[in-house]
Amino acid sequence: MPQDHTERRVVVTGPPRQTLPHARLRSRGRYPQASSGPYRPRTEIDEQTTLGHTYVRSLMRTQLRAALTVFAVLGLLVGPLPLLFAAMPDTRRLEWAVLGFGLYVPLVLLARWYVRRAERNERDFVRLVEDR
Amino acid sequence: MNSSYAIPAVALVVVATVLVGAFGLRISRTTSDFYVASRTVGPRLNATAISGEYLSAASFLGIAGLVLVQGPDMLWYPVGYTAGYLVLLLFVAAPLRRSGAYTLPDFAEARLGSQAVRRLAGAFVVGVGWLYLLPQLQGAGLTLTVLTGAPDWLGGVIVAVVVTATVAAGGMRSITFVQAFQYWLKLTALLVPALFLVLTWQSDGAPRHAFDEPASFREQRVVRVDDSIDLKLDRPLSVTVTGTVDGRSHTGTRLELTAGSHHIERGTRLTFARGAPVPEAERSGGDLSPSQAESREERPLYATYGLILATFLGTMGLPHVVVRFYTSPHGVAARRTTVAVLGLIGAFYLLPPVYGALGRLYAPELTLTGDPDAAVLLLPDRMIGGVGGDLLGALVAGGAFAAFLSTASGLTMAVAGVLTQDVLPSRGVRHFRLGTVLAMAVPLAASVLVGGLPVADAVGLAFAVSASSFCPLLVLGIWWRRLTPPGAAAGMLVGGGSALLAVAATMAGYPGEGAALHALLAWPALWSVPLGFLTMILVSVATPGRVPPGTAAVLARFHLPEELRTEVTA
Repeated sequence: MPQDHTERRVVVTGPPRQTLPHARLRSRGRYPQASSGPYRPRTEIDEQTTLGHTYVRSLMRTQLRAALTVFAVLGLLVGPLPLLFAAMPDTRRLEWAVLGFGLYVPLVLLARWYVRRAERNERDFVRLVEDR
Repeated sequence: MNSSYAIPAVALVVVATVLVGAFGLRISRTTSDFYVASRTVGPRLNATAISGEYLSAASFLGIAGLVLVQGPDMLWYPVGYTAGYLVLLLFVAAPLRRSGAYTLPDFAEARLGSQAVRRLAGAFVVGVGWLYLLPQLQGAGLTLTVLTGAPDWLGGVIVAVVVTATVAAGGMRSITFVQAFQYWLKLTALLVPALFLVLTWQSDGAPRHAFDEPASFREQRVVRVDDSIDLKLDRPLSVTVTGTVDGRSHTGTRLELTAGSHHIERGTRLTFARGAPVPEAERSGGDLSPSQAESREERPLYATYGLILATFLGTMGLPHVVVRFYTSPHGVAARRTTVAVLGLIGAFYLLPPVYGALGRLYAPELTLTGDPDAAVLLLPDRMIGGVGGDLLGALVAGGAFAAFLSTASGLTMAVAGVLTQDVLPSRGVRHFRLGTVLAMAVPLAASVLVGGLPVADAVGLAFAVSASSFCPLLVLGIWWRRLTPPGAAAGMLVGGGSALLAVAATMAGYPGEGAALHALLAWPALWSVPLGFLTMILVSVATPGRVPPGTAAVLARFHLPEELRTEVTA
């Protein structure tokens, strides 16, 4: 819940400060803790204006689209398999191989693909709002 | 089986668990430490802990047993258990962490601001948790019985006592170390014997008929039937019988059993010739298990899809899984943790199919003699034998106990958290300990009193209920801004409630076998999950005035990267 109800708006003129923590995190190989440094520009989002909500909505849409895309790929990958195995009862060995060993690598790859996309979405979003 | 190595192995696992837990105890000080390890657990440790917690008795023993009895269709279980984490990653992981709640009821309250929904979610957490704890305790009982011939209840009691002590003493911080330790223990305990078993299989000329249907005996084998069973034969079968078949007693007579059903009395010894197909058995005295109710030929496609849906969507709602995500330091770490978990459990699940396939080769009679769940435990002795077999068997037994201990402690943790916060009068560490005892006492009593639900099946039930109640709550709560408290409550009650009723009806044996209705009730996920979603959406749309006022701010908190969070988090 917002604790700061002032309608003050601040125009951010400086360069995107995000480059600093990002460079640091790359060199250390880890992400910064959630913190609110004093240098952070106040955005529409912090003040919960209509414009701010629009921003959040757009982020949610992008993330949901990424999630649904991967989910659809998962569905297409897995969904037809039982039908396939039922249609061809002689393929017991194939069923053993696919279900026993074949599906785990695609699952992990899908997960990595999604994480990369979700993190990129978030980075783009941060750049967008902090550049304003 | 020789128990002279197995008992020390189990004892060692128990002692190590307590010791690692005690190590955590030294640094577990505050309430936050207790519930979420003060949110300082990095992705790698957390991922190992999640995997350690997740790989339960059903994974360690149940899958191999099911595959042994019912063939490769049952491999959908491990695939579903793994894919469930992918779905969780896609829709839930990061926002759930950013929601900043400790438990599922906390999430419900933070999102919807309703005490009623909170209490309902709490009730479901306790229900699903207990449903999932039951097979862990029974698995422990089974393992100890197979190893030592100890009474059924003893293993469950040992697990209950150790888990209660560890959780009550150290809370989440100590559990995290215990779980991580147990992941590696479980992996080793399956991997090392599997290597030796595969080597034995190779030196045996690598027979390949494991994948044939039906399984067949690879050498002459005497099977002692411990419980009365009905054999269903597709084709005539000749066996040598000492005991009672179809009401007539024989001593060493060679019988030609005709196709159809035959009743075998307990204590009967059947000698199968080499190459004879393994007949299918039906346990008389009511089938408790949805999956045993259908034989592998009768298993409808519908059941497979029901299983897939339940495991894919149910994982995100399991109370012991969800509570782990709050221990990640931030949303990005929560996502990366999930990817690591997928890799870790995927690697583990490569092993149970090996045991299942070898079990079909070397111990096919387990389908007749009672517990196919024991296949993993018996294979080293059966295939390798001697001291080596005993040692490997002991390793497997230790790993199995690690499975019961880790999953049971995670579940106890989650259930105890809900009990402490929502049921017992005041919060605090002492009450948390009381909650722990309560959380374990109920399923322990149930397992001693009820008994007899196959391990993987009971777990499947928990997944179905979780998929139809928590999955809609989490997914709609995170992605849909028009969700209202009445909608959430109605969806959970209708979806989860109907899944629970359907499963209860099946276990009570309500619709007879063969009916289409039976499959519908035994595998409820395919209709109960859409029902839950639909109810939640329709009721929410019908009550637009009840959308909580802070929804926009709450959703912003769920989805904004931590770098942008300032006042919104306050």
